[in-house]
Amino acid sequence: MVAVDGLGWWGVPLAIFAGAIRVSTPYLLVSLGECITEKSGRINLGLEGVLIMGAMAGYGTSLATGSAWAGVLAAGLVGALLGLLHGLLCSLRRVNDIAIGISIMLFGTGLAFFLGKPLVQPQAPMLNAIPFGFWSSSPQIQSALQINPLFLIGIVLAVVLHYAFRYTRWGMQLRIVGDSADAALALGLRVLPTRILATVIGGFLAGVGGAFLSLYYPGSWNEGLSSGQGIIAVALVIFARWEPLRCLWASLLFGGAGALGPALQAMGITSGYYLFNAAPYVLTLGILIATGSPSRTLAGAPGELSLVRN
Amino acid sequence: MKPVEMVAPATGALELEIMGMSKRFGDVVALDDVSLHIPAGGFHALLGENGAGKSTLVKCLVGFYTADQGTVLVDNREVQIANPKDASQLGIGMVYQHFTLVPSMTVAENLVVARGALPAFINWHEERARLSDFMATLPFKIPLDKPAGSLAAGEKQKVEIIKQLYLQRRLLILDEPTSVLTPDEADEALGLVGDLARQKLLTVLIITHKFREVTAYADAVTVLRRGRFAGSGALPELTIEHMAEMMVGSPVAQDVAPRTQHTPVADVPPRLLIDQLCAQGDHGLPVLRGVNLSVRPGEILGIAGVSGNGQKALVEVLTGQRGKTGGTVLVNGLPYSGRRKEQTLNKVYSLPEEPLRNACVASLSVAHNMSLRNYDKPPLARWGWISQRAMRKQANGYVETFRVKTPGIDARIQTLSGGNVQRAVLARELSHPVELLIVANPVFGLDFNAVAETHARLLAARNAGAAVLLVSEDLDELLELADRIAVMSDGRIVFETPAEKADVRELGHYMAGGHEETEVMQ
Repeated sequence: MVAVDGLGWWGVPLAIFAGAIRVSTPYLLVSLGECITEKSGRINLGLEGVLIMGAMAGYGTSLATGSAWAGVLAAGLVGALLGLLHGLLCSLRRVNDIAIGISIMLFGTGLAFFLGKPLVQPQAPMLNAIPFGFWSSSPQIQSALQINPLFLIGIVLAVVLHYAFRYTRWGMQLRIVGDSADAALALGLRVLPTRILATVIGGFLAGVGGAFLSLYYPGSWNEGLSSGQGIIAVALVIFARWEPLRCLWASLLFGGAGALGPALQAMGITSGYYLFNAAPYVLTLGILIATGSPSRTLAGAPGELSLVRN
Repeated sequence: MKPVEMVAPATGALELEIMGMSKRFGDVVALDDVSLHIPAGGFHALLGENGAGKSTLVKCLVGFYTADQGTVLVDNREVQIANPKDASQLGIGMVYQHFTLVPSMTVAENLVVARGALPAFINWHEERARLSDFMATLPFKIPLDKPAGSLAAGEKQKVEIIKQLYLQRRLLILDEPTSVLTPDEADEALGLVGDLARQKLLTVLIITHKFREVTAYADAVTVLRRGRFAGSGALPELTIEHMAEMMVGSPVAQDVAPRTQHTPVADVPPRLLIDQLCAQGDHGLPVLRGVNLSVRPGEILGIAGVSGNGQKALVEVLTGQRGKTGGTVLVNGLPYSGRRKEQTLNKVYSLPEEPLRNACVASLSVAHNMSLRNYDKPPLARWGWISQRAMRKQANGYVETFRVKTPGIDARIQTLSGGNVQRAVLARELSHPVELLIVANPVFGLDFNAVAETHARLLAARNAGAAVLLVSEDLDELLELADRIAVMSDGRIVFETPAEKADVRELGHYMAGGHEETEVMQ
């Protein structure tokens, strides 16, 4: 099969662009949330479970209320609840945030599959995209420029967070708590409430990211919905060195890599389809190896993160 | 000083009175009925050995701990200090022994967040202008845009003091503020604080082990011993001998190991020879830029320098904690890269700074830590099996010989006080024949007796024929112990002199980076 209509092979970058935006949105939302959480000195590995719970809750609510946006809100609230659970449990003495994160991941995934059984068949109302390609007559361009508002919200959020970490009291306090609990105490800041709140916000965003999966792309509820986006997003935050704007670029990069396989398939190249689908994971490994160094410490890491604390 | 926005409602030095303060931790009485009075503008020194209760007292005062008993009067009014915020509201600030800077934030950000009441949105332009104005009034220069974590210990401590001055404190508590500063830096810092006290802008309470600083700056002294008041007096009437006596409770032997006359080192090949050594720091920047030095058996080579000029990296390369990027290190003429095998073969031992972090596994027991050098060798190990009995026997022996105060050899080493961790490491490193000893800031934060003891052990190792490389930020220590002194600046050795010909002024000149000027002039 040769590419139809006027675009020819230009269809591949276009499809990757469109795919990048679609695929990157959950990465973006989850990684921004995790960025906030990690800046406070906690790591929430449970976001994969939060994401899937969010997807299920969002789909179910959309089905029940008929409003996809109500679904997004419900997904966020469920995510926030799971974040609260993580935050509270980790505030107990001698509780390790990584272990709690893994249990939240398994708990969230399992609970979502259990509660979501009746949601596999019915079709819930979906989120609408904004047609930015209205000026073009090419259906490919039109479909590529169908952009979901959640992606735009994610971009705005990344920019806002970038400045908020440096220019607002809230951002500075979050960074202090995440960087040095001693310093935070000496300044009279409340360490645990800050961390719990940061984890709740992180959970909210991860839940919204889940709603994007079930209510927009791929846009259905089933058990194979997430292929580890929640976990990759956590790695992505490390790769982005805890910088919201870099989270944005990294999400787009991962999204683009994830869109490579489907884009080539659409062009008729089917050999190595699964290999191309593995691109994001290869990319993760490659980037971590390329940017890592045995002789340098991880620059920019919040000092209280159990990942880097010694 | 230019006026900076006020935090405390009242200004100027405050008068402090503590009456009958007590604090227990479980069964341990850390503080027992201690009273203290400092008039406004006083510069009061708090002395005592490690564990005497000094830190507990000041932590109660700034609200980190809540005292079980006792009252605090500020300007003759009773006050309740339940948390550090209350203390800061009263204008009481503290420079801690450990740093409280936020490592990944820049100095400027650290100073601004310390102000406490931050606006919801921070106008960095305005804050920078205010900071520059304030910095212009100081005798220090501190890079505002460097992350605090990348500063050397000396610089960090300066920022801590500057932070308190920036907040216009009325009472400043300094907890061993100069243990990481050079004498000149210490004089700069304390001189500034002392001036403010004299102008009645600040009352100062300082915890220190350095009598030089007490006699130079303080006007009164309170001594604690085992949590109790052990004496007080005004300066300059009180003599150093008298203070030392109050601290230890008995007359102190003047000099535990008098400096043996410099024995001319025979012309033997150097035991440690370093040629053009280069290494990178944690952030990939070069920190050692071609270090050349040699140490012969039976001599102590002292490395002087302002902290942050590569001394730390030099020690890390020699102890195997950091890889080198260029140059050669020879020990007994053989290439040396700090591996365990080479250390054993050449009998290389080390006493790095912060021994709990660099020489111990904090969560292992005292006994395990004491066997880290030889757990895999007879008599501790046979056929690959470690004998617990032999290990415990060795540990008990060390504890006794080196007088390590520990609840037992099974206690985790991190529960010991700094001085006793140091003793435990000394015991492990010096109980076997030593050919090369690498030492860095060995008496950081140690009390009077522990300092004398550590110094005596280093001299004993030297006299027994070990080559000792002693890195220290304390010039007095180097002048007392070293046979030769080399100055390190900007990752290089820039000056070297026999100790008996060393001139403090000249050393200071090179430490401050004076070699560059000199080179140009020549």
